[in-house]
Amino acid sequence: MSLWTYANPAKFMAFTRPVLPVLWGLAAAALGVGLIWGFFFTPDDFRQGSTVKIFYIHVPSAMMAINAWAMMLVASLIWLIRRHHVSALAARAAAPVGVTFTLIALFTGAIWGQPMWGTWWEWDPRLTSFLILFLFYLGYIALWQAVDDPDTAADLTSVLCLVGSVFAILSRYAVNFWNQGLHQGASLSLDAEENVADVFWYPTLVTIAGFVLLFVALVIARTRTEIRARRIHALRLRERLA
Amino acid sequence: MIRVVARDLRLAFRAGGGFGLSLAFFLIVVTLVPFGIGPESGRLSAVAPGILWVGALLACLLSLDRVFALDWEDGSLDLLATAPIPLEGVAAAKAAAHWLTTGLPLTLAAAPLGVLLNLPAPGYGWLVLSLAVGTPALSFIGTFGAALTVGVRRGGLLLSLLVLPLYIPTLIFGAEIARRGAEGMEIGPSLPLLAGITLGCVALLPFAAAAALRVTLR
Repeated sequence: MSLWTYANPAKFMAFTRPVLPVLWGLAAAALGVGLIWGFFFTPDDFRQGSTVKIFYIHVPSAMMAINAWAMMLVASLIWLIRRHHVSALAARAAAPVGVTFTLIALFTGAIWGQPMWGTWWEWDPRLTSFLILFLFYLGYIALWQAVDDPDTAADLTSVLCLVGSVFAILSRYAVNFWNQGLHQGASLSLDAEENVADVFWYPTLVTIAGFVLLFVALVIARTRTEIRARRIHALRLRERLA
Repeated sequence: MIRVVARDLRLAFRAGGGFGLSLAFFLIVVTLVPFGIGPESGRLSAVAPGILWVGALLACLLSLDRVFALDWEDGSLDLLATAPIPLEGVAAAKAAAHWLTTGLPLTLAAAPLGVLLNLPAPGYGWLVLSLAVGTPALSFIGTFGAALTVGVRRGGLLLSLLVLPLYIPTLIFGAEIARRGAEGMEIGPSLPLLAGITLGCVALLPFAAAAALRVTLR
């Protein structure tokens, strides 16, 4: 029994059918607990007041925006190397979820930045690289939609994802040269000496888990939809030929 | 490979090849800027390096859909794919031809257009140098984008959406060199970094472009 068993669409569908409701439940529970804990049972920050609470949405969605791209990269590689259709469909399914997380991170950042930095938007390296990541997502999704043949589209988008990843990382470090920013450094690094205080840290962990679960559930649900759409397409073609 | 370059050059220079279009576009962009931001010479010279870089980049983008589209339509791309040179070589030759017909003229035209925007005197050398180093990267990245979208109907808009984000690192370093040069500052590490991006693009992107072409021609 290896992971590759689930490259078979039938096996994938059979395995995910019972798993999906569990994932939805866990995601809802973790998000509910994390957000309620974060919003109502943590103290206000002594300088930032209650605005700090947007952190519970901002940080996990920003993490997931990057992780979604990484997952698309892995899925694209699997498609290019082993040509498992489920993998290509999962990459396709992850893109709109990733772009939504990117938007959420940008918007919550802007809402927090308005009272704290006095501006909705600043050409800060982190903000700029997120905007660039957003553009990469848009290009990737647009290419999927523009190509009719599913296998051609999967190949082309996979190549774009590989090249795009290299350029996304290049842009991430190039913007550091171009402007020094306002955004604070990483506040959740495991090796940093000064991190976020534990009161804020534990609910954040729960919401991060919730966002990861939500992402996995959404991607699996969307992949199932894509597989069904493929099956319908194949049935229609067969009907027309018969 | 050299024959492919020569063939593309001949096609570009002949009537209907659209050789002058991107230069004219560059001129128009530079002409429009003072209408947009006002004619004060101080303000113009402050934005001149950036405007010239963005203008050159957009002009470069404009001619990209011609790289493979015409050959795809009349079937010569299939011939090139079966020719006794690797498809990677064809992609590299196409990119080189694109640079010779677009990047090089844009680089040469940037200096006279700098006069229009009141570019400070020390900036000219750095602007031309940064464009000369950076535009090959633009051509190779663009060729990759053109290879991705060659089979797509109405691929022009899609091409810009795909290619412009990929242009960002090149633009950042190129415009940084031109800006620092114009303000008389130290150039710093931007020039080697820009050269690194260009060399990396020249070395690697023909492979990605050829992979995309093979998918489309399959």
